[in-house]
Amino acid sequence: MIPEPFEYHIPKNLEEASRLLAQFGGEGKILAGGHSLVPMMKLRLAAPKHLIDLGRLTDLKYIRESDGRIEIGALTTHFQIQSSSLLKEKCPLLPETAREIGDVQVRNKGTIGGSLAHSDPAADWPAAILALAGEIQARNVSSSRWIPASEFFVDLLTTALGGDEVLTAIRVPVAPPRSGHAYLKLHHPASGYAMVGVAAQVLLNEARHIESASVGVTGVGPKAYRATAVEEALRGKAPSRQNLEAAAAHAAEGIDVNSDLYASAEYRSHLAQVYTRRALEKALERAHGK
Amino acid sequence: MATEIELDINGKRRAIHTEPDTTLLSALRDQLDLTGTKYGCGEGQCAACTVLMDGSPRRSCLTRATTAAGKKIVTIEGVAQNGRLHPVQQAFLEEQAFQCGYCTPGMILTALALLKSNPDPSDDEIAQFMEGNICRCGTYPRIVAAIHRAARMMRSSAHES
Ligand SMILES: Cc1cc2nc3c(=O)[nH]c(=O)nc-3n(C[C@H](O)[C@H](O)[C@H](O)COP(=O)(O)OP(=O)(O)OC[C@H]3O[C@@H](n4cnc5c(N)ncnc54)[C@H](O)[C@@H]3O)c2cc1C
Ligand code: FES
Ligand code: FES
Repeated sequence: MIPEPFEYHIPKNLEEASRLLAQFGGEGKILAGGHSLVPMMKLRLAAPKHLIDLGRLTDLKYIRESDGRIEIGALTTHFQIQSSSLLKEKCPLLPETAREIGDVQVRNKGTIGGSLAHSDPAADWPAAILALAGEIQARNVSSSRWIPASEFFVDLLTTALGGDEVLTAIRVPVAPPRSGHAYLKLHHPASGYAMVGVAAQVLLNEARHIESASVGVTGVGPKAYRATAVEEALRGKAPSRQNLEAAAAHAAEGIDVNSDLYASAEYRSHLAQVYTRRALEKALERAHGK
Repeated sequence: MATEIELDINGKRRAIHTEPDTTLLSALRDQLDLTGTKYGCGEGQCAACTVLMDGSPRRSCLTRATTAAGKKIVTIEGVAQNGRLHPVQQAFLEEQAFQCGYCTPGMILTALALLKSNPDPSDDEIAQFMEGNICRCGTYPRIVAAIHRAARMMRSSAHES
């Protein structure tokens, strides 16, 4: 329970944080809410020589809307997202996902940026941000870029962030009319993380058929992913139970499915299919309600 | 590289020194002798270390002491006022909502935050809000009963005053 020794830095602004990160190369790590990194350091699964605490960068804590998009600062906590009235109206998938993360204490401290940067294979945010086709802003000392969610998650605990980049914001489109969303999660009974988590957003056309569906899945493979085969199978289809079931059968297609003491790969793939169908049903129900 | 800082704990300013790895939990227990806040797992699993920061429950084992500067911290030692137990404490006693008592300080602080935002929670709302606080002795049904009792006590005293 005692981490390896390290030095602690608390930069006053983003510029200073990026400069420190560049200066320490691979030996520095950003500290946000500390709810993944601190346990890893105590268990000595991580041993950075320098910790760069973003705690003073309060300007990275915001939720705002502009030009049909919602932008969220990296240091916004899960609880702030869960309780945002702007998001409940404009992008309700996000508060619905936040509610499922950990417990009250975790949601009060953990940040969306930290969760995405950490890319735990059973974390909730990656599924939602993938389903919304979100983008993630990365900045280093000299430049800034937006990375599409579909390119952001690279592998187990690995993202497209460069070693000198700070994740600064997330942006997603405002939910369009005639759309519906859902996040459904089966909690691991001990850790509370996702055994399977499925985020779905569907868009209906004028004939009330499925114009498009997007599905993000977490907990199933080494990283969260878009279930593209499910999405393809639904395009233009009537939202019948049969069509949903046939599409959801592709939920874990091509994925190297996790297997552990609690759930075999076979059981997890089955769960992925069932949760995908249920998430789509719920999203469609909501889209019809509009 | 030790740094001196001041924290606002239970309404008093207390000086502590922090090393890079000093958690709020270790500052409370090892420097200030406020041992009511419990070290359960040290890695974020049990919530025995819960304190209130500006009114909201946090795990002190995962919170660096420096992060707590400028915030109002309440630990279990600050819950009773003028020698009188808080209704939540009284209700835990009356319902005997513990066996070993190790989880109790964290339970009480989380319950305080719950009742502040929701003065009359249902069983489900209690279970949901308290889900991170683990009781190895399994006294959950009594804890739920104690929170209902505290809620009644607090509502009736709010009516009187
Ligand atoms: C008891 C418990 C239960 C939990 N349950 C769940 C759950 O059910 N679902 C879930 O999704 N999560 C869960 N979590 C994890 C929690 O959501 C974390 O808060 C989150 O994964 C990490 O966010 P953080 O702000 O704490 O990041 P930190 O722990 O501070 O950082 C995590 C990693 O990201 C990097 N990082 C952080 N911020 C940035 C940034 N802005 N730019 C670049 N790199 C950055 C850090 O260097 C580190 O490598 C749980 C945690 C605990 C302790
Ligand atoms: S001691 Fe902090 S969560 Fe267990
Ligand atoms: S009473 Fe023993 S841990 Fe709860």
